[in-house]
Amino acid sequence: MENIINIFIKSIFIDNMIFAFFLGMCSYLAVSKTVKTATGLGIAILFVLLVTLPINYLLNKYILSAGALVWLSPQYASVDLSFLSFIMFIAVIASITQVVEMVIERFLPSLYTALGIFLPLIAVHCAIMGGSLFMQERGYATIGEATSFALGSGIGWFLAVVAIAAIREKLTYSHIPAPLRGLGISFIITGLMGLAFMSFMGISL
Amino acid sequence: MFKKIFLAPLFKGNPITVLTLGICSALAVTVKLEPAMVMAASVTLVTGFASLIMSILRNTIPNRIRIIVQLVVIAALVIVVDQVLKAYAYDASKQLSIFVGLIITNCLIMGRIEAYALGNKPIPSLIDGLANGLGFGIVLTVVAFVRELIGSGTLFDIPVIPHSWYVANGGFYENNGLFILPPMALIVIGLVIWVQRSISKELIEKQ
Repeated sequence: MENIINIFIKSIFIDNMIFAFFLGMCSYLAVSKTVKTATGLGIAILFVLLVTLPINYLLNKYILSAGALVWLSPQYASVDLSFLSFIMFIAVIASITQVVEMVIERFLPSLYTALGIFLPLIAVHCAIMGGSLFMQERGYATIGEATSFALGSGIGWFLAVVAIAAIREKLTYSHIPAPLRGLGISFIITGLMGLAFMSFMGISL
Repeated sequence: MFKKIFLAPLFKGNPITVLTLGICSALAVTVKLEPAMVMAASVTLVTGFASLIMSILRNTIPNRIRIIVQLVVIAALVIVVDQVLKAYAYDASKQLSIFVGLIITNCLIMGRIEAYALGNKPIPSLIDGLANGLGFGIVLTVVAFVRELIGSGTLFDIPVIPHSWYVANGGFYENNGLFILPPMALIVIGLVIWVQRSISKELIEKQ
């Protein structure tokens, strides 16, 4: 339990998807012009992460990693399918995104229209693929740990995108050197926020 | 005509600093020049060949399922790159860790397929893909050059700051450890954008 909380805190603040690994920068820069769209996409990312990561965890544990197929028959102990993990993970993510899209369209039409084009694009969102790959690389021991990692990184991404959107809304009123306007200043601000987030380093419960 | 397709992405239509594509997975590898160059080469190859393959297939794929077909083609190419790196450049592959896999979700590749390869013939698509990969690589190399030089005082792991300059040896110089931290990649890119837009004023965004 302690470990699970630790992973959760760590993935929000210290190993933040945006500030420490730059995952999902493209949509982060694209949707962060207003707080409203940023919130919508942040929630969608959190949700898809939370669904795909445990599924990919099970996939990795029972099918892909070295010797994982033992549960089928002991003679498969030497089978290592881990080279297939990229294609399996992206297939899971793409299909889950498709399902999520259809469910939201059917039951929450207002959220569906608010998210618009960003919903299908989540399939190629780096933070989600990155979440699955980190899960595989760090070798989380239980599905609880994997889920808490998913929840933590989703919340971390959400916080980061809402924070930058709020700052960029205010930036409209400030006097920025012309060549730095827009993209340039967003990069620099993200960098400064990243430095600020680094002060959380070393926190553990 | 090919010359124009090739040269545009290198500066005026640079995928990172102008189109903002493909920033996601790449910046964490710019602490040192070597992994950055390996990453740039991998992305260039994958972008080029993914564009080529999708351009060949463009008239046979139904529009509704094209995203998943693209993902499969890209993922297959990335698996090839990953296996080659593991076999021939194991250290570089370890350093890049998950970022090789993240080439799949690099928006640059998807973006070029959607914007160019699906509407053009195979050879121009291949050139467009390779050139965009190179434009991406140039920015990556510049950022890695600055960060490695200032942060570690080396280039390709070879020390370039004279040994006697360091404070430890009675000199005046100290490496700026700040540049090794991940957020500095973003700030360096911001500065690169500043320089580029000061040179070509037409790229400046309207208020």
